[in-house]
Amino acid sequence: MAEIRNFTMNFGPQHPAAHGVLRLVLEMDGEVIQRADPHIGLLHRATEKLAEQRHYVQSLPYMDRLDYVSMLSNEHAYCMAIEKMLGIEVPLRAQYIRVMFDEITRILNHLLWLGSHALDVGAMTMFLYCFREREDLMDCYEAVSGARLHAAYYRPGGVYRDLPERMPQYDTKASKWHSAEELQQRNENRQGSLLDFIEDFTRRFPGYVDEYETLLTENRIWKQRTVGIGVVSPERALQMGFTGPMLRGSGIAWDLRKKQPYEVYDRLDFDIPVGTNGDSYDRYLVRIEEFRQSNRIIEQCVEWLRKNPGQVIVDDHKVAPPPRVEMKGDMEALIHHFKLFSEGITVPEGEAYAAIEHPKGEFGIYLISDGANKPYRLKIRAPGFAHLAGLDEMVRGHMLADVVAVIGTQDIVFGEIDR
Amino acid sequence: MSDYYQNLSTRIEQRFQGQVGRCTVAMGELTVEVMRQHMLDVYRALRDEPDFAFEQLIDLCGIDYSAYGDGVWNAPRFAVAYHLLSVRNNHRIRLKVFARGDVPLVDSVVSIWSSADWYEREAFDLFGIVFEGHPDLRRILTDYGFVGHPFRKDFPVIGNVEMRYDPDKGRVVYQPVTIEPRDLISRVIRHDHRYVTPDSPSAQEGK
Repeated sequence: MAEIRNFTMNFGPQHPAAHGVLRLVLEMDGEVIQRADPHIGLLHRATEKLAEQRHYVQSLPYMDRLDYVSMLSNEHAYCMAIEKMLGIEVPLRAQYIRVMFDEITRILNHLLWLGSHALDVGAMTMFLYCFREREDLMDCYEAVSGARLHAAYYRPGGVYRDLPERMPQYDTKASKWHSAEELQQRNENRQGSLLDFIEDFTRRFPGYVDEYETLLTENRIWKQRTVGIGVVSPERALQMGFTGPMLRGSGIAWDLRKKQPYEVYDRLDFDIPVGTNGDSYDRYLVRIEEFRQSNRIIEQCVEWLRKNPGQVIVDDHKVAPPPRVEMKGDMEALIHHFKLFSEGITVPEGEAYAAIEHPKGEFGIYLISDGANKPYRLKIRAPGFAHLAGLDEMVRGHMLADVVAVIGTQDIVFGEIDR
Repeated sequence: MSDYYQNLSTRIEQRFQGQVGRCTVAMGELTVEVMRQHMLDVYRALRDEPDFAFEQLIDLCGIDYSAYGDGVWNAPRFAVAYHLLSVRNNHRIRLKVFARGDVPLVDSVVSIWSSADWYEREAFDLFGIVFEGHPDLRRILTDYGFVGHPFRKDFPVIGNVEMRYDPDKGRVVYQPVTIEPRDLISRVIRHDHRYVTPDSPSAQEGK
């Protein structure tokens, strides 16, 4: 009789279903997982240490690179922590712009999650569908900041500039790949301002979500791969520090946008979807509903932003740079500009924790300042870190192929976990 | 918001007399210093008593105070900050435990909140804070075989070693770093800025 014993399997770090650089050491009993030991840190860039060497605004673009599929949400938490320390109030228009872009970011994030999660369990079409819509939203990023991914658009005290009056358009010169008519057609909804384009998107988007649901919600294969996989009870979800859709999927109605509202979320009308079984399928349903709710929030923001022009960054040159025109004739403005870009903002002594409802969960920035122009210590509370720590518990007793489904449902992005 | 936390602060001071140190409410946040020898009792009570009900450990991180304010710090060098959240009562708290001694040592809270597992490994890895009672205190973020604790203030930003491929040996090798440290923005502490809000610590101390 041969001796039967568990064997250890290595998964990653270069594995397409690992969503980045995750190395998993799996202890297997046949095809059943006994223990999973994630080895992380392959993407560790010491963002927190780097932030201690730079003045506050210089560290802002680093935030984009944490969770690199929900860039502006990361920046938002960082700016909120600085604003809390300075005790400054952000202009209302800037708050609406931030909320609108936070929700655009949420859709962007969930689209990538849905596409890659479905791809991991074998549905190719979803990936193509999701990237089609991501294209439109990244154009919004580009219109407002010039960058399609790492926007660096928010600033302590507001946003860098107001929304553009004109949406960038495709070059209509025909090429080897695109005819002139086709390009003309693509420009059809880009004739107006950015807000017109976003409004057009919010009208189209519910139809797209219906398409995703047609493909997946009642799909037999999808349900076989997700129902009853990675079940987390509400008690364990709290114990393991889960937040966001991972917590709501387990049936706990907790959303910082409702419970501890920041910016203008308390003025907007939206609902919080909650799951019942705490499995991967419920978390899928929660995120699908978040698509629709985010779309609702964007609609309301567009409507408000159309009616209410105004300033988008605080009128305080100790925090925000003076306009360039002013600098041409005013000595004070020139000095402010110089000091702001050479020395940066000096934040008073103290400590603050600012958290936002990031697409993945609670994203928090814990900032300690000793009164200098650089943070003394910056701690980034990444939601994915706690989620991945719970992976071991979620996959125990499941089959090897379910590990991929659980990694998918956790919405893992290594930029934020490894920091 | 500050009133609520002022009230919570009083309740905590009364409940944990002699077990907690200073309680401060600043910027709408409550910070409580907990004494190292009582920390597990205090934490368990904070989690279980319905008045507090902090079911979730949101964050845990190490802090190295050795360079604070350009050397004005006279408390222990290392601290661990815990951020707790109560879903039931919708409130937050920040707890701080100072780690005294040559080897900074605090108790592990894994038995109270499971999420502490990786957070404590991270604080151990980056700061060298040892958590007594942790089931599996390994490095987590740094490389296999890494030497030192990179987030300590005396660890250089450029690091100590760099890695390259050695064609003669046919494998990667570690060697001392060849880059120079550079500091493009000098560190300035200003006491003349206008942003001292009435409840920030420096205003309370009458600086």
